[in-house]
Amino acid sequence: MTSTAAGVDAGPLYRTVRLIRRFEERAIDLVRAGEIVGGIHPYLGQEAIAAGVCAALRPDDLITSTHRGHGHVLAKGADPARMLAELCGRATGLNGGRGGSMHAADFSVGIFGANAIVGAAGSILTGAVWAKRRLGGDQVGATFFGDGAVNEGMLLEGFSLAALWSVPVVFVCENNGYATTMPVAQAVAGTITGRAEAFGIPAVVVDGQDPEAVRDATREAVDAARAGGGPRLLECRTYRFDAHHTFEHDVRLDYRDAAEVAQGRSRDPVEIQGARLDPAQRAAIDAEVEAVLAEAVEFALASPTPDPADALAYLYASGLRPRPGSA
Amino acid sequence: MPRLSYLKALNRALGDELARDPSVVVLGEDIRVAASNLTAGLLKKYGPERIIDTPLAEQGFTNFATGAALAGLRPVIEFQIPSLLFLVFEQIANQAHKFSLMTGGQARVPVTYVVTGSGSRSGWAGQHSDHPYGLLAHVGVKTLVPATPADAYGLLLSAVRDDDPVVLFAPAGALGVRADVDPTELAAVPIGVGTLRRPGDDVTVVAVGHLVHDALAVAEELADQVSVEVFDPRTLYPFDIDGLLASVGRTGRLVVVDDSNRSCGIGAEIIASVVERVALAAPPRRVTRPDGAVLPFAAALDRAVQPGREQLTAAIQLVMKG
Repeated sequence: MTSTAAGVDAGPLYRTVRLIRRFEERAIDLVRAGEIVGGIHPYLGQEAIAAGVCAALRPDDLITSTHRGHGHVLAKGADPARMLAELCGRATGLNGGRGGSMHAADFSVGIFGANAIVGAAGSILTGAVWAKRRLGGDQVGATFFGDGAVNEGMLLEGFSLAALWSVPVVFVCENNGYATTMPVAQAVAGTITGRAEAFGIPAVVVDGQDPEAVRDATREAVDAARAGGGPRLLECRTYRFDAHHTFEHDVRLDYRDAAEVAQGRSRDPVEIQGARLDPAQRAAIDAEVEAVLAEAVEFALASPTPDPADALAYLYASGLRPRPGSA
Repeated sequence: MPRLSYLKALNRALGDELARDPSVVVLGEDIRVAASNLTAGLLKKYGPERIIDTPLAEQGFTNFATGAALAGLRPVIEFQIPSLLFLVFEQIANQAHKFSLMTGGQARVPVTYVVTGSGSRSGWAGQHSDHPYGLLAHVGVKTLVPATPADAYGLLLSAVRDDDPVVLFAPAGALGVRADVDPTELAAVPIGVGTLRRPGDDVTVVAVGHLVHDALAVAEELADQVSVEVFDPRTLYPFDIDGLLASVGRTGRLVVVDDSNRSCGIGAEIIASVVERVALAAPPRRVTRPDGAVLPFAAALDRAVQPGREQLTAAIQLVMKG
């Protein structure tokens, strides 16, 4: 039985990594079946980061996500069925089918959007958290980005503003070793933590395969930030088990050798966290997750597609209707 | 009646919105000291919590404002150099503008970007003298170019109150314009509604921003030869095409004068929008900067690539012959 202090949280964390893992596997099946068009950027292998970070956040705390964002959105509390419906372009999706895999958002649970432009969301989240504090709240935020983003100037401008204005943001770098196919060693001059430290932002390296290590590091960062200590950076070292994008399932790109992939896959966050549960507890969670996802797939595929007559609904919050493309 | 300058009108609008709505904050470079005068007196009245000087990190603070808007504030950003819009085009066109649709209506981004001193400021040369309003209109960001102090006041009010991102260009050539204005009559001017500045019978001249005043001067000069109607769109996107069609429907002739580059410029869009709806008595003309213009430094060269009264006069005369 999991009666230790650590074991109290082992179940929920396991459920989250397992949910993300199985969600992604179902989503890849749906890409292959043609139900999800445009493909996805699978989060397989990185589940511990989303699960660990979001476990340390309150429901009203804010996050922003990335093109590889399904894990963050699920871990922060979005409904898996509506998330899957969004990936399938259905009217019942989180974004009404207007966002898809790379733009999933659920403002009701603090998900201020997945963002498809690498490095863009850090300063957006910084502004959002700053505004929440201005409006009297005590929220913090966590903004996810990959190792590729640390070479984007606008992200570093976000570091600067967060530090200058003491905004309680946890910058979560998911260093999976590659920006698409570009290895970190060839792309990042200096270090990732060094970038944060240059702005006076405390930064630590975290084992990004261990959900509890991520959760504990995030708790420390969140507590400090919420108490007025300004931003923090976590560099979570991880490994992407699958493709950069599902197009790689058809077009083989030669940038990681088999030995490296096998080594990377040997530390599986689902197994690491699963080993902390007793087998019966784990099996029960697995069964519950399967049931949730079976229902999610059924919901998504049974949902209507949006009406093309409303293709540009929501373009303007003010309700302005744009001129049509033909008279 | 008191005289009100265009710049003072913008300043007053900003002050009035700060007073009316506590969610309004202003961000920008050197705005505490009011380097451009847009924010004159506002620091003293509203404090550094709402009049916020930023480091030179335009991409960062433009996204920051988007985030603040998503969370419930109404930021106003001042850009004192029009070409900075090129630097933050991603942040405005690809982020702020797209949130509402991409989130299926969950989000709104009420940010106003004020470009104080757009276009040529004489002697500021290639990288400080552009007028990129057509780019914003092209991507569908609400784009305002007021010509008069009353409109500067009223459109800035509407911009701050609007739930979408809005760019307001305050052309350098208009900042010094003064007019007799009854302060009690200053009011919000609706976005997307143009106005007739001068009635006429023979030709409609559409003039953008500071060029409204040049068009009015040319119309007076030509008054004994041709009756010129001057239409000020005030908003380039959304464009008041119905208002313009009402004018052109009467005059049957059209000239557009627009201080931006020719290819894919707003002048081309205005003409296309008219000719696909009505048959004109003569081919329309546009007076613009040349294709791909980069404003050269020397005063004579700077002037040579901006549309001026002579070219507008020639275009009106050509259209009247056609």
